[in-house]
Amino acid sequence: MSQRRIQGLLIRGGHLIDPAADIDAPMDILLRDGRVAEISAPNQIRGSAEEKFDAKGLIVAPGFIDLHIHLREPGQSYKETIATGTSAAAAGGFTSVCCMPNTHPAVDSPEWVTWMQQPDRGAVVNVFPIAAATQASKGAVLTDFRALQRAGAVAVTDDGKPILSDAIMRDTLRVGAEINLPVIQHAEDTRATEGCSMNESPTSFRLGLRGMAASAEASIVERDIRLAQQFNGARLHVAHTSTAAALEAVRLGKRNKVRVTCEVTPHHFTLTDADVRNYNANFKMNPPLRSAADREAVLRALADGTIDAIATDHAPHALHEKMIEFEEAAFGITGLETALSLAITHLHRERKISLAKIVELFTSGPARVLDLNGRGTLACGGPADVTIFDPRKKWTYQACKGQSKSYNTPFDGWQFTGKIVATIVGGQIVHRAG
Amino acid sequence: MNSGSGPRGSRRQMNKVARGSLLGIEGMAAGEITGLFKLARRMNPLKARPLLRGKRVLLLFYEASTRTRSSFEIAAQSLGAMTTLILSSGSSIEKGESLLDTAYTLRAVGADVIVVRHPNAGAPLLMAGHLDIPVINAGDGMHEHPSQALLDAYTILRHKKTLKGLRVTIVGDIYHSRVARSAIHLLSKFGSRITLCGPVEFLPALASTLAPGLQISRTVEEAVDGADVVMVLRVQKERLAGTRISLEDYVARYQMTMPRLRLAGRDALLMHPGPIIRGLELTWEVADCPQSVIVEEVRNGVPVRMAILAKALGRSA
Repeated sequence: MSQRRIQGLLIRGGHLIDPAADIDAPMDILLRDGRVAEISAPNQIRGSAEEKFDAKGLIVAPGFIDLHIHLREPGQSYKETIATGTSAAAAGGFTSVCCMPNTHPAVDSPEWVTWMQQPDRGAVVNVFPIAAATQASKGAVLTDFRALQRAGAVAVTDDGKPILSDAIMRDTLRVGAEINLPVIQHAEDTRATEGCSMNESPTSFRLGLRGMAASAEASIVERDIRLAQQFNGARLHVAHTSTAAALEAVRLGKRNKVRVTCEVTPHHFTLTDADVRNYNANFKMNPPLRSAADREAVLRALADGTIDAIATDHAPHALHEKMIEFEEAAFGITGLETALSLAITHLHRERKISLAKIVELFTSGPARVLDLNGRGTLACGGPADVTIFDPRKKWTYQACKGQSKSYNTPFDGWQFTGKIVATIVGGQIVHRAG
Repeated sequence: MNSGSGPRGSRRQMNKVARGSLLGIEGMAAGEITGLFKLARRMNPLKARPLLRGKRVLLLFYEASTRTRSSFEIAAQSLGAMTTLILSSGSSIEKGESLLDTAYTLRAVGADVIVVRHPNAGAPLLMAGHLDIPVINAGDGMHEHPSQALLDAYTILRHKKTLKGLRVTIVGDIYHSRVARSAIHLLSKFGSRITLCGPVEFLPALASTLAPGLQISRTVEEAVDGADVVMVLRVQKERLAGTRISLEDYVARYQMTMPRLRLAGRDALLMHPGPIIRGLELTWEVADCPQSVIVEEVRNGVPVRMAILAKALGRSA
């Protein structure tokens, strides 16, 4: 972070991609007092700025939004803190992050939602807490959605502990619908996945690891969509969708005008269960890496609009939770600092998905999912959250040099194309590539 | 001596596995396997040369074992090695020591080779990736039990000329069986024709992806018909709990009985990796019938494991 606050910042010479505003052209942008002051064709900005950012050859985009990360506070600050996690977010180009409530204790009260957002936490990007849908995420008694929403919660979920009971899920969607609060579900029928540590596949059989069936995801997504249909205004968001069948259910739901949205992670569009070689626990996460056919379905759904957002499911863990037997290791990998590079390398360069589409999946897409008003686009008077990246820059990722407190990533040492150059939150540069 | 660079330095990827390690059959070349058989044929536990004199063999057992543990121990001692047995109960493992820390500790006290049995698949590989001494997998979770597959194939070759074209039927709980996975890898490398038989709970369709040409049968009579080798696997009663098949059903449909065994070739071998549960996966009569080589398998475990240890410590000449 810069020492003194910048009053005015002129970003010039860059190529602006703002899908929500339908802009994909060379533009200069003037930021002033934390707001977007002016957007104009190159060299047409009228106002002045004491600071200038030369974005020649770079893409300038609305600040990226991550709908799904684990900041580990309160309770597990040995894995990550709000300060370190948001630093990692800034390094990955994210100006806003939505953090999951599966902390210790769970973020299930307005007090904790408020605590998450206090300046003392040291966040360097915008933090939007997602609250627990049930008390202590035990799946039994609903939390006070209205009070949580007033305190700043942007959605409710029992992420990691899916709501299995039809009755509780129905209530969650019903009360959510009354106050237009999205419900996020980690779709996994945990009754069918006990003791499982990867996807059910030839690889799981060969490695002697119990496998999660793809149907354990799809069955919950199908059930949730059925329930969401029953309440006018109910909003269901499917977290980290990973299987062809679940994506098909979402596609069908959207066609039937159900308010259902979904996200996918970079690891699910990059890797498959065949990559779980040598029992490396940095390839262990939940939902697990799926089959090649599921990955193809994810790539198809990214291109055809079924998927609303790319979300990282950034899940930091300490070494002692990962450098152990695969079956005993914690689920989850970090992801904030590699998301854009994976998207450019594997979606744009390999699959010819346009940069505009990728930017949409990081900006207006997620902003729409959780109604993060004013975020995800650059409008005059709106928040001065900007992400600047070089889509051609080649670099090698070294996890130990990252900002996250943990480095449980399968991508350590990977070569990428595309790199974040600067991240600007409220007009202040919070990350700048060295 | 420093074993590798410790967890922090080596966290990114596993180091090279030390030569002589035996982690699984899947990654072995056929030539390596026949080499071990040749070596095993020269091993006589009663008058062995002390090839491993002064060597320390650490037996690290996180799970119960009778056959594997005693035969590795006798194999090592027959070759003149010192053995130390560490059980998870009564060691620092009970105090929460991690697998890698136990591995570094055993290396530090002077182990030349570690033989490990563990309830988690991949545990021996994790150790081997962080040690500079060979690690021998004595059974890891549902993954592999390579020394068992080697002694089984060795036993078959005492009775049959070749594994190629041999019709081998494996009956029982294949899903949970590391013995089955190792046996399938080994036999398919040598061109045996393998049929797997069991209820879907114990034999998911996925099993056929383990090796090319695997046949799956749900009817024991059909599977055994004309077989040269019938390998019966142990069934744990508790694994039937919660499935659609009752213990009584299992016995009725899959238990190896004399009438069923007679459907196999006249000189077919009846094998079982042990421990056998008479009255469950096989009858008393089958266990003791003339075709049964169950006891011989155990006996052959000693020279085969002598060969494994000799090779691990580079004393196979």
